[in-house]
Amino acid sequence: MTVTGVRATARILARDDGRGGTSLPVLEGDGPLALRRTRASGAEARVMLVGAMSGPLGGDRFAVEAKVAEGARLSVGSAAATIALPGQTKGEAHYDIRLDVADGGELAWLPEQLISARGSDLYVTTRVELGARARLVLREEQVLGRAGEEPGRLTSRLTVRVEGRAVLDQELACGPGAPGGWDGSAVLGGRRAVGQLVVVRPEFAAEPVAARMLGEEAALMPLAGPAVLVSAVAADALRLRRLLDEALAALG
Amino acid sequence: MSRAALLVLADGRFPAGGHAHSGGAEAAVKAGRITGGASLEDFCRGRLHTAGLVSASLAAAAVLGLDVRELDAAADARTPSPALRAAARKLGRQLLRAARATWPGDELDAVAREFPKGAHQPVVLGLAARAAGLEAVDAAYCAAYESVSGPASATVRLLSLDPFDATGALARLAPELDRVVDRAVEAARRAVDDGVDALPAASGPLLEIGAEAHAAWAVRLFAS
Repeated sequence: MTVTGVRATARILARDDGRGGTSLPVLEGDGPLALRRTRASGAEARVMLVGAMSGPLGGDRFAVEAKVAEGARLSVGSAAATIALPGQTKGEAHYDIRLDVADGGELAWLPEQLISARGSDLYVTTRVELGARARLVLREEQVLGRAGEEPGRLTSRLTVRVEGRAVLDQELACGPGAPGGWDGSAVLGGRRAVGQLVVVRPEFAAEPVAARMLGEEAALMPLAGPAVLVSAVAADALRLRRLLDEALAALG
Repeated sequence: MSRAALLVLADGRFPAGGHAHSGGAEAAVKAGRITGGASLEDFCRGRLHTAGLVSASLAAAAVLGLDVRELDAAADARTPSPALRAAARKLGRQLLRAARATWPGDELDAVAREFPKGAHQPVVLGLAARAAGLEAVDAAYCAAYESVSGPASATVRLLSLDPFDATGALARLAPELDRVVDRAVEAARRAVDDGVDALPAASGPLLEIGAEAHAAWAVRLFAS
């Protein structure tokens, strides 16, 4: 008998409802990926990703696709942290996130942390395509192991394009079996939490934000395009979140 | 082709200005992350598998004739730190000047016209290798080796580290350097058909954050 992992794709489509709000003509959960619409805030529709099962486990293939149509505003969060766990199936699990924001659309993608548990093997791909004058706030946090636990293997690639042009393309590989030096002084320096916050705003093209340090181990960096990246490492998830929250607040 | 041209290009005395940059070692020394031979090796290993792999693949892709503007944009997207982007362009401009004098040709002249502020150094390195009649694998070796030799020689100066310890660390990294070059060239070949997205994007968060911290210092020994 061949043991295969779970395959699941959740889909969201957000559209300007023509009455000053955002409608969600598509809101489809799938198996372990359940979606809930929560109370809207002004013109923005809000969706919560609810993990109906734990996972992803080895061999699973999860995907989330969110599309924000012209002029629509969508905010997506998650009810809890995602924990990558080892499964019955050998081999890596995949989690693919595909986010498209059309001209003048706005997306806040603010999930809880991804925790890489011992023995897990997960490859996360996040691809964001933004149209002209689209706005984005995206947070990505990885925690290496639960409290006091060795991490699993985690590889995460994040690509952000504005009008077809890549403004950010970064991959981080860590845990047992990752290329050497991942825990060393050029990459994570023994820290167990690592995160990125990407903010894209059309006004950054004319008024770029100046680079600055946020403490010793986080920096706010203007990218080659209308975008900034906050990159941070921290001892734990709590400190990491505090750094990224402060950075977002400072951007106004 | 003359394989010996690789020695000319890879020589630390090739007048391309690389000696003024520490490859992040100065920031790591100040932060207490490099304190001696063992931690230097650890730093270099991480840099090799991240920035080194990316540089090697960009250089190899430039030798294989990928569009220079696309490669330069790919390098920008893989370098979030504005201090590192500026350093890479400055080094690219200096390398291009030396390469045009050493291996004159139309292709390098065109790059100088198209990028008056400099193109990313690994891309220029690949074009220089191409002008010297070298192959993709040669350019990848040169870029991968530079990613570790720079911090190693800078650390000798910064910490008065025994040079034997520094070269010992480089020698121990040699088998991994071979593997990084293999990966880089393989990715560059894929990029010929699939475009620059096929190039690796491995990143070291502390390299980028450290470069920003370093750029804010009032006084420093190295430019980056």
